[in-house]
Amino acid sequence: MTPLAAGGGVNGVALTVLIVLFLIVTVAGFMATRFQRGDSLDTLDEWGLGGRKFGTWVTWFLLGGDLYTAYTFIAVPAAMFATGAVAGFFAVPYTIILYPIIFIFMARLWSVSHRHGYVTTADFVRGRYDDRGLSLAVAVTGFVATMPYIALQLVGIEAVLEVAGLGGGDNVLAQDLPLFVAFAVLAAFTYSSGLRAPAVIAFVKDTLIYLVIIVAIVYLPSQVGGWEGIFGAAKEKMATVNEATGKPTGAFIPGVGQGWAYATLALGSAMALFMYPHSVTASLSSGSRNTIRKNASILPAYSFVLGLLALLGWVAIAAKTNPIGLDGQPNPQLVVPQLFEDFFPDWFTGVAFAAIAIGALVPAAIMSIAAANTFTRNIYKEWLHKDATPAQEARVSKITSLVVKAFALGFVLTLDNQNAINFQLLGGIWILQTFPAVVFSLYTRWFHRYALLAGWAVGIVYGTVKAYQVINPATGKHFGGSLAEIPGLGDMGYIALTAFALNLLVAVVVSAVLNATKVSNGRDATRTSDYYADKDDPTVAHDLQRTNDLEAPPAR
Amino acid sequence: MGMSLGDDTSREPAHDRGAPPTDTGKMVAAGVLLAIPLIALMWVPSYAKETPKLFGFPFFFWYQFLWVFICSAMTWTAYRLTLSARKGDRK
Repeated sequence: MTPLAAGGGVNGVALTVLIVLFLIVTVAGFMATRFQRGDSLDTLDEWGLGGRKFGTWVTWFLLGGDLYTAYTFIAVPAAMFATGAVAGFFAVPYTIILYPIIFIFMARLWSVSHRHGYVTTADFVRGRYDDRGLSLAVAVTGFVATMPYIALQLVGIEAVLEVAGLGGGDNVLAQDLPLFVAFAVLAAFTYSSGLRAPAVIAFVKDTLIYLVIIVAIVYLPSQVGGWEGIFGAAKEKMATVNEATGKPTGAFIPGVGQGWAYATLALGSAMALFMYPHSVTASLSSGSRNTIRKNASILPAYSFVLGLLALLGWVAIAAKTNPIGLDGQPNPQLVVPQLFEDFFPDWFTGVAFAAIAIGALVPAAIMSIAAANTFTRNIYKEWLHKDATPAQEARVSKITSLVVKAFALGFVLTLDNQNAINFQLLGGIWILQTFPAVVFSLYTRWFHRYALLAGWAVGIVYGTVKAYQVINPATGKHFGGSLAEIPGLGDMGYIALTAFALNLLVAVVVSAVLNATKVSNGRDATRTSDYYADKDDPTVAHDLQRTNDLEAPPAR
Repeated sequence: MGMSLGDDTSREPAHDRGAPPTDTGKMVAAGVLLAIPLIALMWVPSYAKETPKLFGFPFFFWYQFLWVFICSAMTWTAYRLTLSARKGDRK
């Protein structure tokens, strides 16, 4: 164990292992076109949803690889390290209650999407209310919220490269070259293989992640004085008064008045996660109505690992890890890569870094595919080119996936990473405001389309203003966090959930008024039985074919 | 919407079979199983404490790790219940 600052030069062995593993997944990504091959990749169903036929285990790896992102692996322990359990460990209850929530509604969304060929949630809203405005609101929210999320995956790769000693120096080109290469690889295999690429790479990613975390959690505590010592060191650090704010550094466990913050962060994040296009894309790519329900009971394995990973942030406190960036400034986001480099032999550090870097590729690929699908279906086809053929849709989506990733790269290279973090914070608030339009509409048409739109708008504006008003006590900057006082309660709570409550209130009141005054709620293209359809049920295209046959009976 | 307000059902291709036959009791039981983890984990004051410790872990941490398994078991049971509640829902 040689505590070494990140600036201490290039870790050659670790870097070699990282590059070799990266090359392996690159080959896997390109060969993925052959995985559970369909007729052609020239439709969105094939390129963007992998043919809608992934079974339980492929879905498990794909969703696990998709939801538990590289950025999560960097940011959760970083939050634990810097400010403690409220900001960091809420990820555990968040990813536990997530599954009962999606268990309830995702089967219905799968069925109605299967019947009608929906690729995005905005497709469903369009079909449910025949309302272009509401559908556009859902689509744009999803698209905008996904962009910074992709950027943060690149930040995850950057963190690993930085600790490995790459990306330093004064040469701007050499500094960003590794990220460019990683980006080009990601863009190329996503373009050629679509959703099948992350599905295949997810096997590698998840295996590496499980391996690294289990080794870390078994080996590291014994090196730094056992769990008693780790929790002791964390408790001491969290109780220490921060000079900049005059308050304790953070929370060891949520104290009095912090329960709401902890609970609302978990609940709000859980409700929001499956509104993101990338989660929906991964869910709709599963092969049957119940694949996702079965997965709801086996995906928590990842939540357990995430909890262990969160605790690595506290292992780092006991280990006195000193995460210093190449610019010489302390950066909590480097804490886990630095911890690994300090304690692991070089070759295993390389494996750990590869796990994180490859871990970024899977969600980044799915996110860019999902954002591209959303753009293609709900903006391009809906507003720009009504008569687009399936082949044109697939082509536009492929190109959009490149543009989206290029934008994310530009974001990371030109702006301070804090901007990506701020936008991702806002994205979480925004995406939750689409929950009523999507989830409630799966069950009822009592909510009025204009009321849902009004609630969405109110939620977005309120959430954005509130988030802007949060000042970071240390730096004095806006968007200092995701907590604000819950009106009428006095305690702090997750802004997204308060905005959601307001959204819901507006939607209920306006719906009651519009329904009472008999304002048209649009035409519903779905029927009750659509919400229970399974893989063997015919699709709407099939039904239409049958109707035509009936209208023109074959001559005998 | 548009000009096609009127009697749209006449243009529906296949007849709507409605919801499949459902055993309400089993669905309610599944709903309860899904609600329990939510309520338990949202009730933060019930577990925001340090003792009793387990293998050096404060209660707050090991209790939540335990819920990963409890929730998983409950979700699996709910899954089996929904399967048997609706014969149409296979596999």
